Amino acid sequence: MTDSKYFTTTKKGEIFELKAELNSDKKEKKKEAVKKVIASMTVGKDVSALFPDVVNCMQTDNLELKKLVYLYLMNYAKSQPDMAIMAVNTFVKDCEDPNPLIRALAVRTMGCIRVDKITEYLCEPLRKCLKDEDPYVRKTAAVCVAKLHDINAQLVEDQGFLDTLKDLISDSNPMVVANAVAALSEIAESHPSSNLLDLNPQSINKLLTALNECTEWGQIFILDCLANYMPKDDREAQSICERVTPRLSHANSAVVLSAVKVLMKFMEMLSKDLDYYGTLLKKLAPPLVTLLSAEPELQYVALRNINLIVQKRYRDQHPAQEFPLPCGPYGFFSVLWASRPTTRPEILKHEMKVFFVKYNDPIYVKLEKLDIMIRLASQANIAQASRECNLMTFSWTILYLSNPFLFGPQVLAELKEYATEVDVDFVRKAVRAIGRCAIKVEQSAERCVSTLLDLIQTKVNYVVQEAIVVIKDIFRKYPNKYESVIATLCENLDSLDEPEARAAMIWIVGEYAERIDNADELLESFLEGFHDESTQVQLQLLTAIVKLFLKKPTETQELVQQVLSLATQASPTPPHKDSDNPDLRDRGYIYWRLLSTDPVAAKEVVLAEKPLISEETDLIEPTLLDELICYIGTLASVYHKPPNAFVEGGRGVVHKSLPPRTASSESTESPETAPAGAASGDQPDVIPAQGDLLGDLLNLDLGPPVSGPPLAASSVQMGAVDLLGGGLDSLIGDTNFGAPPAAVTTAAAPARLGAPISSGLSDLFDLTSGVGTLSGSYVAPKAVWLPAMKAKGLEISGTFTRQVGSISMDLQLTNKALQVMTDFAIQFNRNSFGLAPAAPLQVHAPLSPNQTVELSLPLNTVGSVMKMEPLNNLQVAVKNNIDVFYFSTLYPLHVLFVEDGKMDRQMFLATWKDIPNENEAQFQIRDCPLNTEAASNKLQSSNIFTVAKRNVEGQDMLYQSLKLTNGIWVLAELRIQPGNPNFTLSLKCRAPEVSQHVSQAYETILKN
Amino acid sequence: MIHSLFLINSSGDIFLEKHWKSVVSRSVCDYFFEAQERATEAENVPPVIPTPHHYLLSVYRHKIFFVAVIQTEVPPLFVIEFLHRVVDTFQDYFGVCSEPVIKDNVVVVYEVLEEMLDNGFPLATESNILKELIKPPTILRTVVNTITGSTNVGDQLPTGQLSVVPWRRTGVKYTNNEAYFDVVEEIDAIIDKSGSTVTAEIQGVIDACVKLTGMPDLTLSFMNPRLLDDVSFHPCVRFKRWESERILSFIPPDGNFRLLSYHVSAQNLVAIPVYVKHSISFRDSSSLGRFEITVGPKQSMGKTIEGVTVTSQMPKGVLNMSLTPSQGTHTFDPVTKMLSWDVGKINPQKLPSLKGTMSLQVGASKPDENPTINLQFKIQQLAISGLKVNRLDMYGEKYKPFKGIKYMTKAGKFQVRT
Repeated sequence: MTDSKYFTTTKKGEIFELKAELNSDKKEKKKEAVKKVIASMTVGKDVSALFPDVVNCMQTDNLELKKLVYLYLMNYAKSQPDMAIMAVNTFVKDCEDPNPLIRALAVRTMGCIRVDKITEYLCEPLRKCLKDEDPYVRKTAAVCVAKLHDINAQLVEDQGFLDTLKDLISDSNPMVVANAVAALSEIAESHPSSNLLDLNPQSINKLLTALNECTEWGQIFILDCLANYMPKDDREAQSICERVTPRLSHANSAVVLSAVKVLMKFMEMLSKDLDYYGTLLKKLAPPLVTLLSAEPELQYVALRNINLIVQKRYRDQHPAQEFPLPCGPYGFFSVLWASRPTTRPEILKHEMKVFFVKYNDPIYVKLEKLDIMIRLASQANIAQASRECNLMTFSWTILYLSNPFLFGPQVLAELKEYATEVDVDFVRKAVRAIGRCAIKVEQSAERCVSTLLDLIQTKVNYVVQEAIVVIKDIFRKYPNKYESVIATLCENLDSLDEPEARAAMIWIVGEYAERIDNADELLESFLEGFHDESTQVQLQLLTAIVKLFLKKPTETQELVQQVLSLATQASPTPPHKDSDNPDLRDRGYIYWRLLSTDPVAAKEVVLAEKPLISEETDLIEPTLLDELICYIGTLASVYHKPPNAFVEGGRGVVHKSLPPRTASSESTESPETAPAGAASGDQPDVIPAQGDLLGDLLNLDLGPPVSGPPLAASSVQMGAVDLLGGGLDSLIGDTNFGAPPAAVTTAAAPARLGAPISSGLSDLFDLTSGVGTLSGSYVAPKAVWLPAMKAKGLEISGTFTRQVGSISMDLQLTNKALQVMTDFAIQFNRNSFGLAPAAPLQVHAPLSPNQTVELSLPLNTVGSVMKMEPLNNLQVAVKNNIDVFYFSTLYPLHVLFVEDGKMDRQMFLATWKDIPNENEAQFQIRDCPLNTEAASNKLQSSNIFTVAKRNVEGQDMLYQSLKLTNGIWVLAELRIQPGNPNFTLSLKCRAPEVSQHVSQAYETILKN
Repeated sequence: MIHSLFLINSSGDIFLEKHWKSVVSRSVCDYFFEAQERATEAENVPPVIPTPHHYLLSVYRHKIFFVAVIQTEVPPLFVIEFLHRVVDTFQDYFGVCSEPVIKDNVVVVYEVLEEMLDNGFPLATESNILKELIKPPTILRTVVNTITGSTNVGDQLPTGQLSVVPWRRTGVKYTNNEAYFDVVEEIDAIIDKSGSTVTAEIQGVIDACVKLTGMPDLTLSFMNPRLLDDVSFHPCVRFKRWESERILSFIPPDGNFRLLSYHVSAQNLVAIPVYVKHSISFRDSSSLGRFEITVGPKQSMGKTIEGVTVTSQMPKGVLNMSLTPSQGTHTFDPVTKMLSWDVGKINPQKLPSLKGTMSLQVGASKPDENPTINLQFKIQQLAISGLKVNRLDMYGEKYKPFKGIKYMTKAGKFQVRT
């Protein structure tokens, strides 16, 4: 006897029959009838016509029948509001029942009847139930408040239910606490501005206690709620972390991920040199890896989150490359790489393996794993720019770099394996991945190229096309290295039918036209169907043929004329798409004019050196990334979009941000100011478009130099009226077409590539360098940092300078060995002020024996922060083709004194008073021959500013201020007695650790 | 929180819907159907699907899609874990979880779902507690109910739900007091063409069946607890004790439960107990290919490998296969191209092999992908990681329980590339 019998129908009409049964006298028959009704309801049949008959069955002492009727009521009350009122009395009565199960059931069901009229009757019973002696009833009532709020928010507020709910957070029963938190969180979501979940240390303590005792679901609610809390200091953050950590061992993956979120957020506040920080970091990785062996759906969510974390790490290592990051880096995934310090570096390889794809993984898991593999592979060659968390991982990254085989064969073999699978999307992505590896890890490029060639030999159409697209990028990255494969590529010309692949192939032919004997024939073959091609292919073809012409002018004159006229004339048959494309037409005209007036200029424009190709793709914009890290485990993290981008109903969502790290040197600062500082620090961060823009430009236009077309386009707009007249000639003459590419080559940092659009920029450069030499702070003579004995013949000496706001490290590298040195790279360990190289170390030519090279490495202060001992200690690693060497050096603190360090008088006075006296330190500067004026001037040139001057009892008192790059103010009182060469210096600072180093800086500046 | 649940079979019919808040029209599932159509196989339907007003989160189990509808920001893992719990509960209640069974028990299903969530918040998801609230259907109970008019619904407040040990009933009594623990390890591995390991890791669980009177307090210790890389515990395990002493100390739930699951990661060398020797060759422009595989033991610690099955998805170009196994039975389905060979036990003296020819589609070029071989096997009395239970002690009760520990190693996702 099963429930399927309830589905059998009779001829007479189901509803009619059921009605009769519901009104039957027999209890059993009634119950069976209600079951039939419910069964119909569950499959979506409309049985609302039976409403009065079913409600009549409600007055019963049979619990099952009662529950069934309640089920029915919840479903249909909305459509029959007037009838639903009939049920109210029974509910009110049931709320007084001696059995807590019935009381809870009644209040629970009433909340589910979404009828306005009923809600009025609900208030009184609900109020009682919220204070019920039985926790089961209380926890049910807590949820009921959320239900009621959903129906009538005003009513809930008027009746004071929210306060009662807040009180329940301190309930003695953990289940009640969990439900109250869940209900409040849901209500708070529709009231982003309300302070419903305004937590204080006491309530946090309650929550943490309840966390240990409530159900898994309750734990999720509590953890998610904790994640919104902002601890008042690092000690509180640590104590919360300690109590949350056991949740990482929970069997429920949602609990684990919520715990990861809380820990990652609060870890931001901990100082990284704490032992605890390291232990915690180690604990985070294994649970995430374990999630990857769970069911595919869980894996997917976990992978999306790991993807975020990996990107976050990448971003933290590359702030110099693209965007400054205000908050401290995580270095979290470095733990995945290097979680066990005692073992060998092969661990890196093993951890990569968790992302290897199994052939029966669902496609969404496969694609996501591959994406992460590409990202991780990219991390292999970033050693140059990366500044790792500690010397351990730091040296590993370098090891990794110097031994590409750690990364190489296995991952590559894996990718090749994927490229032979069945699923087209996955195969394409695998081929792309091989290309990315080649671009990111130079040492692997050769093997990647040969793998791609193997794949091309399979002749599988989409594999070939995809491979050609990536090979084009490899050519871009490593020019004049792999051209031997061109012949193979050309064999597959006919099979290319996708625009991207065709465009790539055409680019290759044009770029290497001088080495391809039949380049003209090949390009001509494309020309036949010119108007049927997509814009991408047309543009590419145009540029390629012009390149060909510039390289082999004699044979291809006809061809170039043909393409120019095709590009500039509208297509003969109108329906052809894009034939009137202005971009194509304009580019055609520009080339035409260039070629006819000044072929040399044309050569400089068309065959100019190409800008670097970007290594990382599809990165999430950093502010968004930081926000998303706060949403780990949520839908936002799966979609990599902030919640306000998709949460229904336009409800304002509070933007979350990571807490600032309380660096130990600043720990005396009041906690209120710290978050405010971070918030303002967040804002300038929104600019980062430049890097992305550059990427877009590169995609749009792979042929000519980046600066060419945009410039051309804008010029054409100006002279659009007399496009064909003499205007353009003068235009070319005036603006000097050759100049912009030249600017590209002189500007070393790739980030500046966008700049040449402004033609006056080179002057600007001159200007700045001129100013730079005028006012610069004191520069110490170079000292030997790394003696040749210790570094297999490499001697490094250097010093630090500060010029107009930029810090640089002036280095002198001397080769005292007998062999040539190449492949220089530099990396800093974390340090107290986040000093980091702002550009890679560029030693242009190999350093031959006994040769010395001098260079200046620009630095910034957006790197990872770790307090060092002494404070100004900097650990540096330098790599060359021979080995990796480490040394440490002390930098003079005055390079960190910023230009806007002059404090307003009032402010100075107030701050001086505000800083407690125990923070004051006094120093003697002996044997300084300067007078007051000279001292003040000298200090000013090193960014120590005199705010006020007084003469007290024959002594000159200079009140001075300076600011460090990390925003720490130092106030000074310098007492000079005329005739006495000994000065007295009093320093006041909220971070007294720096005082000693500041006084040293004073001494160095004054005495030199 | 969770708004609604739809159960959809693989042919795309919604056969059950449940709403915990306002009713969401079933037309929302159209977005799901679209995704289902786009995915070539049911397994490939993405677990999270956005629609203009809702999110659909789904799991696919037992040929049924469990589709949850949510409207606000909810942790997706929370929803997915809950859906898994729904599947487990159905299986627990009805023995199997299938469309006909759910339809047969639709009222119980509905009652159970109602108890599991309230307004989208999980209410009672522990099988023990649910069963006290709504009794699972048995033939006997159905008969008794019909005669006596009593019901499936318990009218007592479930005892465990609010106590400090919510996972255990009070007043448990047994005449035979027993506690059994099964240590089961699964090896996930990818072996490459040449037989070397690409990746291998071990997923282990300790499942317990504890039938003990009263409130026993158990401790379980291991010979080598450091092996365990990442562990997830049943809520009953005292975490502090594990952290400090590496001892499992707990008051067990009554009946069957999973005490612990663990992960032994690739850092520790994983012993691979079997090897597969294979020679599969397709030739261009030939209608015949050769096929031969042999399975043999390797690092099996002297234990017998049994329950071996080999399955492989052959390329499309294979029309049929004519093979002879040295033992066991094999089948090849020419439609799905699935080869499966039920080997049974491996006798190290006489290694099982399967060889013969494949008839290939004439004129088609040689398939560019080689079939991957999937392996299943079992080894009794062995935990391949080397994990060993040291002792099990009971406190808090006076009787002497009967204790037993069993070890087993199985293949998880064990793939051999050819």
